[in-house]
Amino acid sequence: MATKPRVKVPKKAAAGDVITIKTLISHAMESGQRKGKDGNLIPRKIINKFTAEFNGATVFSADIEPGVAANPFIEFNVKVMESGTFDFKWLDDDGSEYTSSKEIAVE
Amino acid sequence: MKLSRRKVLALGAGFGAAALTGLSTSGIAFADEAATQAAIDAFAAGAEVGEGRISLTAPEIAENGNTVPISVDVESEMTEADHVAAVMILASGNPNPGVITFNFTPMNGVAAATTRIRLAKTQDVIAVAKMSDGSVFMDKKLVKVTIGGCGG
Repeated sequence: MATKPRVKVPKKAAAGDVITIKTLISHAMESGQRKGKDGNLIPRKIINKFTAEFNGATVFSADIEPGVAANPFIEFNVKVMESGTFDFKWLDDDGSEYTSSKEIAVE
Repeated sequence: MKLSRRKVLALGAGFGAAALTGLSTSGIAFADEAATQAAIDAFAAGAEVGEGRISLTAPEIAENGNTVPISVDVESEMTEADHVAAVMILASGNPNPGVITFNFTPMNGVAAATTRIRLAKTQDVIAVAKMSDGSVFMDKKLVKVTIGGCGG
């Protein structure tokens, strides 16, 4: 079961700094390849899309396939010029959407 | 399986590649060289695939194929005019070669990303980077897998 995502964003940074953002969400990432106890394939259920927005503009996204490990972890960088809010979004195969927000103060 | 393969193709088509049809879907569940090559071709959209600029970091030996850490790093100024548009990761020996595609913007500052992937068996992991000008670069690493992932 997907639970609350965990995201690590520095609380503050200097303008022009390249910061590292780490994201993790608990999810089984059922690949659709495995067979259950009854011998039938367990249907695919994964996080298929991750997006990161900063002050409303998309800064990074990832198209995810079953080849990504359970509890998908994604680390990337952003060059920050101003203070603002990061909005992170994960899309599940079943249509659910998991979100998280983090603020950063840029001096 | 069929659905995800179609998704791989749809992704390529989104980048303006010609529609690819007639991919063999034989009884073998593992991606073959052809499927991997098709995914690269679709992603490259006709551009020559070059070497260099991109570097893929992966362990030489992965004890557990269920979670293998990998990183990609592409040399780029990451300006509006010249930046890395996307990096696609492929696992040539998995049931589906497609693993993940990172979509970058100039706001990233550096074109680097890390994630954890599944590897079904010992195989080449391939990273393909597409620049904003359409040029394409590739790197690959052989990863030896002791215990395969993907629930095999």
